[in-house]
Amino acid sequence: MNTYETDVAIIGGGAAGLAAAIEVKKANFEPLIIERARELGGILLQCIHAGFGLTEFNEELTGPEYAQRFINEVRKLGISYKTDTMVLEITPNRKVYAVNKNEGVIQISAKAVILAMGCRERTRGNINIPGFRPAGVFTAGQAQRFVNIEGYLPGKSIVILGSGDIGMIMARRLTWEGCKVNAVVEILPFVSGLIRNQVQCLEDYNIPLITGFTVTKIHGKDRLKGVTVSKVDRNFDRIVGTERFFECDALLLSVGLIPENELTRQMGAEMTKMGGPAVDNNLETSIEGVFACGNVLQVHDLVDLVSAESKRAGNNAVEYIKSRYKKELKKVSKIHCTAGENVNYVKPDYINASDLNKQVIFTFRVKQPDRRVQIQIKDEANKVLYKRKKRYVIPSEMVELKLNLENLEINPTCSELTIDVIPKPEPLIDEEEDE
Amino acid sequence: MSSSEIYDVAIIGGGVIGCCIARTLSKYDLKICLLEKEADISMGTTKGNSGVVHAGYAADRKYLKRDLCIRGNKLYTQAAKELNFPFKRIGSFVVAVEPEQIKKLEEERKKGIEDGVLGLELIFDKKKILEMEPNLTDDVEAVLHAPSAGIASPYEMTFALAENAAMNGVKFFRNHEVIKINHSDYTFFVTTKRKEIKSRNLINCAGLYSAKVSKMLGLDYFNIEPRKGEYILFDRNEIQLRKILFPIPTKVSKGILVCPTFHGNSFAGPNAQNIFDLEDTSTTTAGLKEILEGAQKLVRNLPVRASIRNFAGLRAVPNKEDFIIDNTDIYGFINVAGILSPGLTSCYAIAERVEEFLRLLGVQLKEKEDYNPIRPKPERLADFSKEELDKKIEENPAWGRIICRCETVPEAEIINAIHAPVGATTVDGIKFRCRPGMGRCQGGFCRPKVMKILSRELNRPYQAITKKGEDSNYLIAKTKDIRLKKIRKMEHKEIAEGVKEG
Repeated sequence: MNTYETDVAIIGGGAAGLAAAIEVKKANFEPLIIERARELGGILLQCIHAGFGLTEFNEELTGPEYAQRFINEVRKLGISYKTDTMVLEITPNRKVYAVNKNEGVIQISAKAVILAMGCRERTRGNINIPGFRPAGVFTAGQAQRFVNIEGYLPGKSIVILGSGDIGMIMARRLTWEGCKVNAVVEILPFVSGLIRNQVQCLEDYNIPLITGFTVTKIHGKDRLKGVTVSKVDRNFDRIVGTERFFECDALLLSVGLIPENELTRQMGAEMTKMGGPAVDNNLETSIEGVFACGNVLQVHDLVDLVSAESKRAGNNAVEYIKSRYKKELKKVSKIHCTAGENVNYVKPDYINASDLNKQVIFTFRVKQPDRRVQIQIKDEANKVLYKRKKRYVIPSEMVELKLNLENLEINPTCSELTIDVIPKPEPLIDEEEDE
Repeated sequence: MSSSEIYDVAIIGGGVIGCCIARTLSKYDLKICLLEKEADISMGTTKGNSGVVHAGYAADRKYLKRDLCIRGNKLYTQAAKELNFPFKRIGSFVVAVEPEQIKKLEEERKKGIEDGVLGLELIFDKKKILEMEPNLTDDVEAVLHAPSAGIASPYEMTFALAENAAMNGVKFFRNHEVIKINHSDYTFFVTTKRKEIKSRNLINCAGLYSAKVSKMLGLDYFNIEPRKGEYILFDRNEIQLRKILFPIPTKVSKGILVCPTFHGNSFAGPNAQNIFDLEDTSTTTAGLKEILEGAQKLVRNLPVRASIRNFAGLRAVPNKEDFIIDNTDIYGFINVAGILSPGLTSCYAIAERVEEFLRLLGVQLKEKEDYNPIRPKPERLADFSKEELDKKIEENPAWGRIICRCETVPEAEIINAIHAPVGATTVDGIKFRCRPGMGRCQGGFCRPKVMKILSRELNRPYQAITKKGEDSNYLIAKTKDIRLKKIRKMEHKEIAEGVKEG
């Protein structure tokens, strides 16, 4: 068995892993990226549409271009990586077991580990669509791979369930290919992807968007023949009598993403109900020296935010190694951060009481779209420590709060912070407070 | 074998019953073939089976199936040893949630013990029950524990049976739907969609279509109607069961059970819905709801949101109460039909019975000298230690390329599944043999890779790879094909119009 030693083992060579590795290397520590696909770049490689890099590079790039900038940097810095290599197991004392064709089983002992495995798509089984199980039902990302990487079309006449970003982008992509996209069907009353994609991918091509409906039957025993869609009530149960039949030979599902945390779970890290690991303000999981960033932690709306978060994870891993070897680590109490009114989840899940003098970036998503809201942070005694106005919030956009904790004057005995997004109490006068 | 040659036995139907009979007869010096209408064996009723190997107490005593079930259960131990399919005796609970149901359990226990079902016990101690199965509902009053009940993987067992039969000389013809049967001079002439086959004896194991096959020979003495059973499968990360959990059975079925699969996921189902269409394996909104409600009566923490698949199978329900296993009036034609639950449990005992029928028919059953009852266990990455895997990869790098990340399936397992006897030719064939696509991402990541391997190993174009045979292609054209066709059409039109104008 080949054995390696490295400072930081980085699990995944997509947007998150690449950015983290570069930061580690720049700080003069040795990262090792382990990627299961044949190339670095992750899912960006199949995202050939533009719209990446607006904040990271101040220009609009395609997915492969965005990835290539990081890959070039990785090569320039001489960062080691292994592709076509699958991690089988990570032990809590940071031994990584992986496997590839050329070396067999390898063991990597790392001083720190950064989890950057990304996410996977929700499937038909997750949302329990009834009907037959023919060929022709694809997740949107899989269809994207077939079209953009393999060069094949999944169908000619398409229905897309879910208005996630990949679904809308594929609606446009397949229209360009000469396919007919009959409809994008969304169970919620609003689009679940970014507004810009709704405009540029659906409206610009006159692709019908049907909200408040879902697919309630899949027809066709061998190859898909069509789908029945029905209106749903408040509990998302179908309303009998509202069925509409769409003939189609492919159904694409863009119904959400799930952080892919099988390795995290196997290590025994604390998990949250959203599927990602619980992390503190340094993006460290409940297992010492193991950090998480990118979509494995929380599903991001923009890759630029993944890169930014992952750079922080890279730097924090370096800081961890430095302090560990100076024996500066001690057990500290943690403040739990929880999702309050109209908030789906909050990252980080904990703030170290010893870090109350630091800057912390909170990220979260709302449950319901709203206009003219107040974002507030309160402690367990319901004392509001921070508030800010915001013109609108929608579930598809991640909200980021960069805060200097010192300014919040958090009580040192505080055990819980809650973030609420509440209707703004007074009329909106000063719009400049918004981002 | 040349086309004019005559088989001693032809079996119609490649489900668990057909394959089990084929394998049982393969120890004799007989020319045997099996005809299957689908692109792969095990893809009908067998695939939608719960995989529960019943202890045997559930059927009424007056029926043959009770005896076959109890005998069949015992035969599993040796079969699993020889065929190396996934099987373990984990035990089952019939769960009483009301005090008045306990009497029923007591009756079942008595009868079961009298008939030789091993180890049946009634347990009242709630603490003990919940220790044995912590996921069980708090409403439990008592359980009937049958330690000899087990779970098998029904399709993997069927593949094992077929592989072993093929190793011992049985010919398998897939994509060979039977459309006509004639007989004369003690020979059956079986016309399939692809070719004609001649055989001295004919065994009808056509499942849902067994009445149709029987009628092809003019034997119209039973009927088969489908009874749909729907299932929901749950992620093993969210719930792990130790026991097979049954509610108190009803007249039509054993009720909606909650059960672990051999591979650690759990399923709830099946319900029971009489339908007419022999091909209607669709799941329904009402059915899925019924299953969830039924399952929640047995299990306290059903992870409703962690479902990874729903599916349905059709039971072949005869218009008779018992299995139809008949040496018919037509000499050499044996019907094996209406094999409902506990059919999977009974299959080895059913095959013994068919063997006996052939003996009665005067078929010479001479054991082959080179018969090999052992089907080697397929090599699985999961069974290797890290050191073993390392060595394995050195010998064959395909062990080091992981194709399915959810179930950790390397390329080598897929290649082996393709090149096994009666090997996989479709994406579903791979999925049911070695699990890529069975996991929580449902093939989202691995399907293109599996298709590439199939395309390469079978030397077929990528686009021709199907999910489950004819008409189930995943891909319909190359990119730009549709556009180019449209452009060409326009050009033609322009040329045509140009000609007109010119």
